[in-house]
Amino acid sequence: MTELNKVNALVQYAAQIGDNGLIIGHRMSEWCFRAPSIEMEMALMNCALDLIGQARELYTYAGEAGGEGKKEDDFAYLRDEQDFRNLLLAEVPNGDWGDTIVRLFFMSAYNKLFFTELAKSTDAELAAIGAKSLKEVTYHLRFSSEWLIRLGDGTEESHRRAQKSIDDLWAYTGELFTMTDAENLLLEDGISVDVTALKADWDELVSQILDQATLSVPTNNWAQSGSKSDGRHTEYFGYIITDMQYLQRRYPGCEW
Amino acid sequence: MYGDTSIQKPIKIAEPTSAEQAKLEEIFQQKIDDDIKIEPQEWMPAAYRKTLVRQMSQHAHSEVIGMQPEGNWLTRAPSLRRKVILLAKIQDEGGHGLYIYSAAETLGTSRAEMIEQLQSGKAKYSSIFNYPALTWADMGTIGWLVDGAAITNQVALSRGSYGPYSRAMIRICKEESFHQRQGYELLLTLSKGTKEQKEMLQESVNRFWWPSLMMFGPNDANSPHSAQSMKWKIKKKSNDQLRQEFIDATVPQAEFLGITLPDPDLKWNEERGHYDYGAIDWEEFGNVINGNGPCNKQRIANHIKAHEDGAWVREAAAAYAEKQQKKQVA
Repeated sequence: MTELNKVNALVQYAAQIGDNGLIIGHRMSEWCFRAPSIEMEMALMNCALDLIGQARELYTYAGEAGGEGKKEDDFAYLRDEQDFRNLLLAEVPNGDWGDTIVRLFFMSAYNKLFFTELAKSTDAELAAIGAKSLKEVTYHLRFSSEWLIRLGDGTEESHRRAQKSIDDLWAYTGELFTMTDAENLLLEDGISVDVTALKADWDELVSQILDQATLSVPTNNWAQSGSKSDGRHTEYFGYIITDMQYLQRRYPGCEW
Repeated sequence: MYGDTSIQKPIKIAEPTSAEQAKLEEIFQQKIDDDIKIEPQEWMPAAYRKTLVRQMSQHAHSEVIGMQPEGNWLTRAPSLRRKVILLAKIQDEGGHGLYIYSAAETLGTSRAEMIEQLQSGKAKYSSIFNYPALTWADMGTIGWLVDGAAITNQVALSRGSYGPYSRAMIRICKEESFHQRQGYELLLTLSKGTKEQKEMLQESVNRFWWPSLMMFGPNDANSPHSAQSMKWKIKKKSNDQLRQEFIDATVPQAEFLGITLPDPDLKWNEERGHYDYGAIDWEEFGNVINGNGPCNKQRIANHIKAHEDGAWVREAAAAYAEKQQKKQVA
């Protein structure tokens, strides 16, 4: 394995943030023609457009920082599964509307805190991407919070379902606050965000909305991880990549 | 076509039952003849209202069902740029659906009723969406031919007599023409690509050419109740006129792509100043309209499944809204 230096750490870091956007955006796009109403479908597609847009900017920057002439599509289409370092939370299947909303809520609460800090990065490009993304994820947080409250405080069935989604996905939230070696290295120069420091605010934000939604915060704090640090994904991930990369792999080197 | 209802049973035009009603009808027709738009709150003949609801709901359903063949390729788009273009296009279509459902609601039919009619099979949608999207090239072909045919029709509809519908069309046409250019640009990229990409392009156009021509509906001779729609300016041009316009505009674009169109009879007619074209297989059209297309069952089953799976979500939203309202009152 190549030794970590400040250049490849930056490439890894930008790509890893991008991976989150791409993979969760991909999952959102799977809702096309499956949502409970056209309005909801359009809102999810809006989120997907934002998130995939963030991935494009981050991959483009990772390519520039690496100096090897890599383009956004090289990151999305020509890396193997284990090279993707998105959070497990981003890749788990959509489940029902409750699961999708809870995932988006957990992720957006994190993204809001994360991009607020990234906007202060000493790396001007990352800071600019952070500032732009912050506006987008603030809307995602509002949208998913409103829905979570509706589901939690809606009917008996929606309350039960929403609580189950929270309990099921909770195990994936611990990974949000773990640091990779690349992140630790870049933190020395104020380039990366210390995500361990976001945990307390995230907990507060989440419990505040769950409270409004009459839902409870799970007590089992066992955290599933492995993707962000080592590229060890869920069994579901291979299918995302298989679908996504199919044309690029089947017809190598083509312009599309 | 999205809004051509000649595939359905004609709507009966009732004779005026009183002198007063005859007078109202006369004033109504005069407005139409003078190109004054009809607005929701104004008097209109029952058959005019019914024809419009049918046409507009059919159009809205087409936009919504049309999301399915394209959605089929969202997760497999071969570049991030293409992926976001496709996402944005599908999102636009959802928006068109909403916009037209709302315009149709101004005539007194609710969206829930229209959706019920779609799911029960009472309402139709454009036959084209009962064909499958099998290759990536189809994403370009649908933009180029299907949206192209849609624009040809919608430009005419944007001059129609019903205010809310014609205004919706003006806006929708702008977005559709953007989609058409994006679709064509996708195909242009394939046409400059490898042998396999060129074959993918040709194969896709071969499949979509005839169904695209069928989008304009039956020949004029077999579209007897179009006349009343023309008189009311719900319809501004005949099916065959629109089809001819589309073909004339499209053939040179096909030539530029370096592909052939699957019609041996397609050739320029100097005398007519138009392209001649071969006979359309109306038996296939009838089959697809009446439920026997390759994807009819799948399209409606998907729509019903999404609707049923989402019932608990809509119920939750309604229950929550009710609780909030009670709190405000209290």
